[in-house]
Amino acid sequence: MVAVAALLGFLVWGLVKKGESGLAAGDPVPAMTLPTLPEGGEGSLADYRGEWVLMNVWASWCAPCREESPALDRFEKNNRDRITVLGIDTKDLSGDALDFLREFKVDYPQLRDASGDYADGELETTGVPESFLIDPEGKLVAHYPGPFKDEAAIDRFAAPALEDTGPGEAK
Amino acid sequence: MKRLAAVLTLLIALAGPSLAAADDPPVRASLPEIEGEVMCPVCGTLLGLSHSPAAERQRVFIRRLIAQGKDKEEIKDALVAEYGGQVLALPENRGIDVWAYAVPVIGFGLGLIGVAWAIVAWRRRRPDRNDRPPTEGPSGEDAERLDRDMARFDL
Repeated sequence: MVAVAALLGFLVWGLVKKGESGLAAGDPVPAMTLPTLPEGGEGSLADYRGEWVLMNVWASWCAPCREESPALDRFEKNNRDRITVLGIDTKDLSGDALDFLREFKVDYPQLRDASGDYADGELETTGVPESFLIDPEGKLVAHYPGPFKDEAAIDRFAAPALEDTGPGEAK
Repeated sequence: MKRLAAVLTLLIALAGPSLAAADDPPVRASLPEIEGEVMCPVCGTLLGLSHSPAAERQRVFIRRLIAQGKDKEEIKDALVAEYGGQVLALPENRGIDVWAYAVPVIGFGLGLIGVAWAIVAWRRRRPDRNDRPPTEGPSGEDAERLDRDMARFDL
């Protein structure tokens, strides 16, 4: 009887924990040193401290990631002096990821989270794509689970950064 | 001498297949076999059970390596290089992963030792029948009544 009650309690606890969202606004966003994509170096979210960052978690096999990529790329090109877009390619084949970057002519910085330890374990993402808006102190301002419909949606999401930096100001 | 010969025979018999295996060419890898030994990194299930887009890309990757003539171990190594060690369904039998296999064996051995120790302790604690004090017969009033009853039944 006690064992059954303990098992039920454990299951309920697991469900409650699963329902909790990972990061809340104001939380420091964890950083992890990851290999760059293309290979050849290492990088981390911590490298961008002092700048606004839109961190986008994606994978080449993810159809919604493909759909949002052109808008994200346009947003980055229009606002690169105000905010850094940082891609995190997760649980993906490196060759497929490079093909994706070439296909969509993505040239903003990319890190490769091959095992998903960063996205799943640290950021507690529930899928791809997901985006995080991070302030210059490294704290979470907003979280966007799912794909951006268009560039206007990204502008709205990144509004705190765009308002903070002002048009044409350095990031 | 006979015992030594038996041990040598046994060793040769055991070593034979492994020596023969060392001479064999590597077995050609097959997709179904590898699918049963690696995980889909997105679904958390065996690759063979998953039909997610990520799993399909993983299959394409494996098929390409099979076509290049890679054997099973080389393909699994390539998958680990792409996705990390978690892609393997079973832990490797080297490095710290050895503990995944060693801990159950050590636990079973410790359990056996514990049971043996408990049996020995229990047997030592159990009083020996020969050590029991002799049973005393009835005394006083009981003895007299017993004698009267025995006399009555003329036994």
